[in-house]
Amino acid sequence: MKRSWYASPYALWMLLFAVVPLLFVCWYAFTTPDGAFTLANFQEFTKPRYMGVILRSLKLALYCTALCLLIGYPTAYFLAGRGFNHAQSLVVLILLPMWMNLLLRTYAMMTLLDDNGVLNAALTALGLGKVRVIGTEGAVLMGLVYNYLPFMVLPIYTVLKKMDYSVIEAAEDLGCNPLRVITRVVIPMSVPGIVSGVTMVFMPAVTSFAISTLLSNGKIRLAGDLIDYIFNQSSNPNRWNIGSSFSLIMLVLILLSIGFLRKVDPDNEGGGMW
Amino acid sequence: MVKTISAETRRAPADRATARFARWSANRANRLKTVRTIWMALLMLFLYAPILIMIALSFNASVSRSQWTGFTLDWYVKLFNDPAILGALKTTIEVAVVATIISTIIGTLGAIGIHAMNSGMAGMLINVSYLPMTTPDIVTGVSLMLMYLFCHVPLGKWTMIFAHIAFDIPYVLFSVMPKLRQMNPNLYEAALDLGCKPIKALWKVIIPEITPGIFTGALLAFTMSLDDFVISYFTSSDMYPNLSRIVYSSTKLGVKPTMYALSTLMFTTILILLVLVNKRTKLENL
Repeated sequence: MKRSWYASPYALWMLLFAVVPLLFVCWYAFTTPDGAFTLANFQEFTKPRYMGVILRSLKLALYCTALCLLIGYPTAYFLAGRGFNHAQSLVVLILLPMWMNLLLRTYAMMTLLDDNGVLNAALTALGLGKVRVIGTEGAVLMGLVYNYLPFMVLPIYTVLKKMDYSVIEAAEDLGCNPLRVITRVVIPMSVPGIVSGVTMVFMPAVTSFAISTLLSNGKIRLAGDLIDYIFNQSSNPNRWNIGSSFSLIMLVLILLSIGFLRKVDPDNEGGGMW
Repeated sequence: MVKTISAETRRAPADRATARFARWSANRANRLKTVRTIWMALLMLFLYAPILIMIALSFNASVSRSQWTGFTLDWYVKLFNDPAILGALKTTIEVAVVATIISTIIGTLGAIGIHAMNSGMAGMLINVSYLPMTTPDIVTGVSLMLMYLFCHVPLGKWTMIFAHIAFDIPYVLFSVMPKLRQMNPNLYEAALDLGCKPIKALWKVIIPEITPGIFTGALLAFTMSLDDFVISYFTSSDMYPNLSRIVYSSTKLGVKPTMYALSTLMFTTILILLVLVNKRTKLENL
């Protein structure tokens, strides 16, 4: 037996449980419940109630990405900087949540922000009165940033860490002030990391599921929640088809953004997971 | 920073301006350090305060989240007396163990097979592994659910296990592949030349060389399996819920302290596993 045959169970399993299911999604997306070809499933999403969810998802994902970049870039910059003794353990501490259950993290956030939660207890104790956070877009945004921030820090950190420090020294020796060193040298050199981070935050934020439901008491639905709703709660007889068409759109969006990423950063310098 | 100062001093050693510049530079470095410390402290607060608060609340005697009325282990006792939660715990562990064993075997054999292939075929098969890693969880979950429902397979424990195996395999593959690449390819050939049967050569030569990779892969697979919520949610049913599913459905009924206790236990377990993984391979390189 040739050694390459050892890969056959692997090939078979991935075919059956990773490739074929996606083909089912494609099939359902383009057919009616009777199996006839149609494009009507995609038209569903031009309906205002679906369109609203999509636009809101895009908006919140955009804000989330911007905030993550704003917080993540300085973080990565500090971590990659010279003479930072605790950098290594801090990197682990920042990356750990990335691998932890999204539901549990969101649940923890909920505890903090809830009407009768810790935040409001603290505010009341200070005599500031209660604020209503849960149910607002702000709460959802906070949950998104909380969940996806590490995905921004990691690729930027990886790029900055690999950066040739002598280029910065050269800029300094040639009379660049610190601000100009950052804007003219550091940031341009870390573009692959930024692109990678932006993609790795934006895409999961758009498709995020459960975060918004939990942090808004089900009032704010994002694209991922919409898919769940269509498949599991909607009474529409075409729900599998409509849900599939929406899933397919998301998948294509993601694949396009990965293609874009590969183009901008062909050597995977950004250290993205893709 | 230090470099700049030394360059300046070289040019004009006893200059007062240079001394002032050096002081200014040092001050700036110190200020930067302060900013850095404050920034990191705030970030850690943001990342860990919610989790720590939840852990604290799991020991709070009061049901209220705004009052601390004393330390208790009641919620943990309640947790372990709740048949629904114990059932879900059993399901979660069963799924993770079975999925880890099967995915480790398939993934390791897959890596060995791919390593022996020509690069075109190997590249294609490796790319298949990127598929579940890149597909958003919700699409993976929905696609598997569609397939199961189409084939009239009722959702339950095994549908969940099969799904977990599929997303665990890539982690094993990517942990084992580097070890195979580091291996001296002549060792296997030598074993064959010396009369070893291929199966025996695999078992006696290749497997011992890549054992650390297999271990890391299995550990990662187990962690990912315990950690998963979205894919399990779509491929299981309320009849056989796992722990994440229990937490998720409980949120609709308002927050319960037993859930804090449960979340605390899950967090701690996953944290320990992740630290173990991180010891074997840097998390940042995964």
